[in-house]
Amino acid sequence: MDFNDTKEEAEFRAEARAFLGKHLEPKGDKPLRQRVDGSEFMKLAKQWQKTKSEGGYAQITWPKEIGGRGGTPMQQVIWNQEEGKFDAPTGPFTIGLGMCIPTVIAFGSDEHKKRYVGKAMKGEEIWCQLFSEPSAGSDVAGLKTRAVKDGDEWVINGQKVWTSGAHYSDYGILLTRTDPSVPKHKGLTMFIVDMKQAGVEVRPIHQASGGREFNEVYFTDVRIKDSDRLGEVGQGWKVAIVTLMNERLAVGGSPGPDWAEIMAYAKEAGTMSDQAFREKLADWYVAAQGYKLTKFRTQTALSRGQTPGPENSIGKIITANHLQDICNSAIEMQDHYGILTDSDRMPADAIFQQSFMWAPGLRIAGGTDEILKNIIAERVLGLPQDVRVDKDIAFDQMKSG
Amino acid sequence: MNFDFSEDQKFLGNEARKFLEAECPMTAVRLVLNDDDVSHNETVWNKVVEMGWLGTAIPEEHGGLGLGLLEVCVLAEEMGRVLAPVPWASTVYFFTEALKLAGSNEQQAEILPRIVSGDVVGCYAASEGPGNPAADTLKTTFDGSTLSGTKVPVTDGDIATHAIVLAKEGSGASLVLVDLTGEGVTRKTLQTLDPTRSHAEIVFDKAPATRLGNAGDGEMLNDQVLDHAAVLLAFEQLGGASRALEMATDYAKERYAFGRPIGGNQAIKHKLAEMYVKNEVARSNCFYGAWAVSTGAAELPEAAAAARIAACEAFWFASKENIQTHGGMGFTWEVDCHLFYRRAKLLAVQAGAPKVWKEKLVRTLENKNAA
Repeated sequence: MDFNDTKEEAEFRAEARAFLGKHLEPKGDKPLRQRVDGSEFMKLAKQWQKTKSEGGYAQITWPKEIGGRGGTPMQQVIWNQEEGKFDAPTGPFTIGLGMCIPTVIAFGSDEHKKRYVGKAMKGEEIWCQLFSEPSAGSDVAGLKTRAVKDGDEWVINGQKVWTSGAHYSDYGILLTRTDPSVPKHKGLTMFIVDMKQAGVEVRPIHQASGGREFNEVYFTDVRIKDSDRLGEVGQGWKVAIVTLMNERLAVGGSPGPDWAEIMAYAKEAGTMSDQAFREKLADWYVAAQGYKLTKFRTQTALSRGQTPGPENSIGKIITANHLQDICNSAIEMQDHYGILTDSDRMPADAIFQQSFMWAPGLRIAGGTDEILKNIIAERVLGLPQDVRVDKDIAFDQMKSG
Repeated sequence: MNFDFSEDQKFLGNEARKFLEAECPMTAVRLVLNDDDVSHNETVWNKVVEMGWLGTAIPEEHGGLGLGLLEVCVLAEEMGRVLAPVPWASTVYFFTEALKLAGSNEQQAEILPRIVSGDVVGCYAASEGPGNPAADTLKTTFDGSTLSGTKVPVTDGDIATHAIVLAKEGSGASLVLVDLTGEGVTRKTLQTLDPTRSHAEIVFDKAPATRLGNAGDGEMLNDQVLDHAAVLLAFEQLGGASRALEMATDYAKERYAFGRPIGGNQAIKHKLAEMYVKNEVARSNCFYGAWAVSTGAAELPEAAAAARIAACEAFWFASKENIQTHGGMGFTWEVDCHLFYRRAKLLAVQAGAPKVWKEKLVRTLENKNAA
């Protein structure tokens, strides 16, 4: 047992480090996103994506034929670790390269691959994922956005919600209902949609946290060529599963302040002697270690060329609740003063207050706590599926509300 | 990144599992449970001795296998799965580790080979009553050659041939080695929540004893012994928690209520998913403890504490919710759930309750931060 790289891994890490050092500035006092405005950030992000792709680091595990490096999953992990030590502007490409383009590669035509993969990898085009709807969240197969065939085109009408990056995306993968007369999973079809065309309207969502990072997207008589369909008509659910499988690989990372931050704060506030706080601090340390070390176990499997076990499915359930709990305690530690959100006045730039409002969203995004527990219960422990009363009922006969 | 056991170590674990499932089924545990006069399962114990497992981390020069503590971790998990009713933890995690950490060359050469052969069964005596033992409150005293006082409770104290005792010496504390079969020792078996692991009160009255390590080093040595034992106990707890999750999952699949398996209800599914999460958090922290204890890393104090805290929580949760998942059946003497519930509580208090370790952990983090 050790935490060391193998010889090959160490060589790759050194190579990656040298490349990163040549092209990126070390982390500054404030993250890049706060130092530059939105359009400047996007410019820098596109530039960095281009540089990465020219260096052969854009998609490490993809085959060389489609512009990847043909590397191992462990090399991708090492790259992510090293890139994470710099303030690299990677955000806008995560969903496209992590989820949308793998779906295009799996189900698109040769023309699609030629047209879209390279440009996405070089950062010239940005993608978003259009699945969730106001009445289809956890039960995403219950979506209502309609696609109706008209000659060799489809006409799209409906509304998507919680679409990250829709306002700056060039393309999206869009899950629609093409046949409401069959049970819900069987009447879905996936398309590539041009986000800049007429009839696509993107409106930012005013989140509970006050920010506007996500969007609603309205489709009004939007036309998509049948040749931009991904997979067969009625097979959209199968295609979506591939996208969502990739989501689990794309999402991760520590979401905010952790035990060390609240411990530093407690020292400053003089509350380290509180016995109840000390016990909680120990619990937070154990949970944070549990999360971090479980990732090490996954990496070990990758490093040994094995398939990781199901243990990595525990991640978001731990981190989202953990974050909420830590922020809650940090605010209460300040008593009445804890209600203030002014970052100049508050310790740690009011990070606890900010994350307190972000945490509820984290417990929902990318699979709610409840859905994730269902997944563990069904896929890891092999317990029976929930009762699905809508399984054999035509979608247009189903109750919805 | 190589944060897992080796193929050889996993092989050892698999072989141990097969062996223990055959040699130590629940009926073997119940022989001890159902008879107040039986302190442990001697047949199982003799087999464990025959396998040479007691010498796993004892050097070859002293007759052991000369493997390391990683191998002991692997075996501990398997012992935990079957609730082995034998003085394994006392002898291996506490007594042997204490002897290796603090014993002189002569003491090690004299005792270690006899542990391997099964002639010496060890126990570790620190507790004297309610509260976590601390040097300044100890009443048992060592005068340089004899030991006097009362230790209670001592796990496996009525089975063991030898004890390592934390005792007051002068103004400090020392660890001392006592032959429990010699003069000046009176032992009484006690009733406990977990009858499948025996406990005793031991009264020492000028019992001949020899010091391990230097006079006054007892508290420091005790901390070191407990750090080692905590990691190994955590693996035993992890084994118990894993088995409890399996029992609950199996039962939830086969028990029907309202026309379908109870495991199809989210109240049960989510409970078992939470059990899985806690067990994996414990497993990852246990691995880190295993790494730290087997390499002698400076991180051992926080790694051992985290492993223990996570494993106590996992086994407690899994054992109580295993009963709950079994419903009325789970509350019968005949169904094995209560044996896990009993063992979970014993292992959670045996080397100091979780609150003690949480305090230790935070103190370690504070000291590191200050340095």
